[in-house]
Amino acid sequence: MSYWEFLQTYGVRILDGTAVTGIQFLFASAVAIAVALIAGLGKLSSNLLIRSIAITYIEIFRGTSLLVQLYWIFFVLPLFGITLPKFAAGFLSVGMNVGAYGAELVRGAIQSVPKGQWEAALALNMSPAQRMRRVILPQAFLLMLPPWGNLIIELLKGTALVSLISVADLMFQSKQINASTYLSAQSFGTALIVYYILARFLVTPFMRWLERVMARRLGRG
Amino acid sequence: MSFNWRWDFTFEILPRLLWATLNTLMAAGVGYAIAVVLGLVLALAQRTGFRPLTQLAREFVEFIRSTPLVLQIFFVFYVGPQFGIRLSPWVSGMVAIGLHYSAYLSEVYRGGLESVPKGQWEACTALNMTSRQTYFRVIIPQALPPSLAGMGNYLVGILKDTPMLSVIGVAELMHTANAIGSESYRFLEPYTLVGIIFLAISLPTAGLIRLFEIWVRRKLGMR
Amino acid sequence: MEDMSEYPLELSGDNVPMVRFMNVTKSYGELVVLDKLDLDIAAGEMVTVIGPSGSGKTTVLRMLMTLETINGGVICVDGQPLTHMPKGGVLVPADARHLRKIRASIGMCFQHFNLFPHMTALQNCMEGPVQVLGLSKQAARERSEELLDLVGMIDKKDQHPSRLSGGQQQRVAIARALAMRPKVMLFDEVTSALDPEVIGEVTNVIRKLVSEHNLTMLMVTHQMGFARDISDRICFFFGGRIEEQGPPDELFANPQRDRTRQFLSAVKEAV
Repeated sequence: MSYWEFLQTYGVRILDGTAVTGIQFLFASAVAIAVALIAGLGKLSSNLLIRSIAITYIEIFRGTSLLVQLYWIFFVLPLFGITLPKFAAGFLSVGMNVGAYGAELVRGAIQSVPKGQWEAALALNMSPAQRMRRVILPQAFLLMLPPWGNLIIELLKGTALVSLISVADLMFQSKQINASTYLSAQSFGTALIVYYILARFLVTPFMRWLERVMARRLGRG
Repeated sequence: MSFNWRWDFTFEILPRLLWATLNTLMAAGVGYAIAVVLGLVLALAQRTGFRPLTQLAREFVEFIRSTPLVLQIFFVFYVGPQFGIRLSPWVSGMVAIGLHYSAYLSEVYRGGLESVPKGQWEACTALNMTSRQTYFRVIIPQALPPSLAGMGNYLVGILKDTPMLSVIGVAELMHTANAIGSESYRFLEPYTLVGIIFLAISLPTAGLIRLFEIWVRRKLGMR
Repeated sequence: MEDMSEYPLELSGDNVPMVRFMNVTKSYGELVVLDKLDLDIAAGEMVTVIGPSGSGKTTVLRMLMTLETINGGVICVDGQPLTHMPKGGVLVPADARHLRKIRASIGMCFQHFNLFPHMTALQNCMEGPVQVLGLSKQAARERSEELLDLVGMIDKKDQHPSRLSGGQQQRVAIARALAMRPKVMLFDEVTSALDPEVIGEVTNVIRKLVSEHNLTMLMVTHQMGFARDISDRICFFFGGRIEEQGPPDELFANPQRDRTRQFLSAVKEAV
């Protein structure tokens, strides 16, 4: 079977898997960004309880493996009465895991906005919330975009693990094709190439574009 | 709600999990050793003036970093037999994880080398040092401290990625927990214990790495 | 703990100063930066603080802007306590709400301008009036454009700070602070980060404010000639206290204290 025939036969399944990977990627990204923002701000909170919760979340999710978290959320959480469909368990695990790393980026970026900016905002008599929203976050956002670019690639790769709880993503489809054909180089190789294309020619250029747009909006273009 | 933590079961499976932890640590150690050396090769390959080699190393690093480790593990394990080469789960696992992390470490080295100011190279030329002397006496001692943080992070990273080796049957921690789960139909204890064991290893390791970093900086007189 | 019952709940009478420091102390651990400072600034007065570095002069401004907390004493603005508020017949440390209320009377310009880099000059000026004072965009724009015109920056109003020179940024920062209509303006070494050739464009704006507006101003500067020209009073700080103060002509021409003489001659030599 030539590679061309392989693609004709299994291309549709690979495309289906790619679509599922894409959806997992988008949902997990949304979760990661939301959670990173909440936990990153939480870690900077002056309220001890909020800070403790944020730090505990960050340390637990950064201190253990995504795979462990995925299995725990999918197999153990139901014992606590929280049963998630595998699709949701997948993107939630990936999002929560990456969000913990993102929280550190958010915190770091907020802390690296020059102190003078806080002071100027205070001198204009802004409330703490206004200072954060109007002055600090827009600048922190630009500072953290480049490291987020790397993190989002890690997230895309992380979605491959959802195949292990049988979400029919790209990884899962290639495993299935391999199991029925034993054409390992073709099935896994094709999946590798698709992930590569997604990361290098879709996600990375998008993040670069976002960096440029934001830089221009902040007058640094 | 069927949540009930069983302590007797916990103590029954704990020795098994702790034994498996040794395998996890070994996998991480061997994988890291491969990555440290191979990463240096990849970093130096990108610094040679020979363009095809530089380009090849660059593309390799990009490819490895853009594709999932779990897929790479499958690829190494299954593609060999198709061409008549059988690798054991352990060997394929070590090759895959070592290769994967070598790409990341090469970037760490590269960043470290690039952080040394151009003036340092020029000063070496002015002192008529050989390139060997330049690297070992001047550049690497300065490139090392900024690289240490990254190297340490990836040591913890590789440890946390070893559970992926369970997919091809390497008997590390995750694999053992899966086995216990399917034998006893109890997932709460094994998976929770795996999480705790990982925390118990990775949090202190991260702390030790920070201390080591500070120690090296002091030792080299850079604060 | 200091006995707060010694301080009045508010200042009243005929000559209430715009700013009053009463017995104000500031220290970082063992290091005392300001030692029992008493200082009154009358409405419309222009006071300049000079002194060697580490004498606590910038701290005076930063405390008044509430960027630093104080360790003892009370600061009053326009008769009202700033750092404290009355509660149960005595003064207690101010909460965030009280600080926000009183802080509205004070504006500040910084050594490093601290313009918001993600906003244009005009947006920088409109930010406070719209977000904090609740003005309509239209009203805030009119007010801001008027002030940008005053500082000579109206033609650059749509530029981001990164496109402006230091002197231009500082002039926008002055307009931004004025847009909040403060009663007291603080200038913290506003020319120190500037290239020598653009210092004039900033000092000229401040001169204009002094001659045309009835603002109370407190300034820290190293520009002795400028301070002498425009100030009503000079305070020479040394070691966390006011060593000597008086009208500029007297203080510069005929300093009474040795330390003042030493400082002034050292400054003269540097120029």
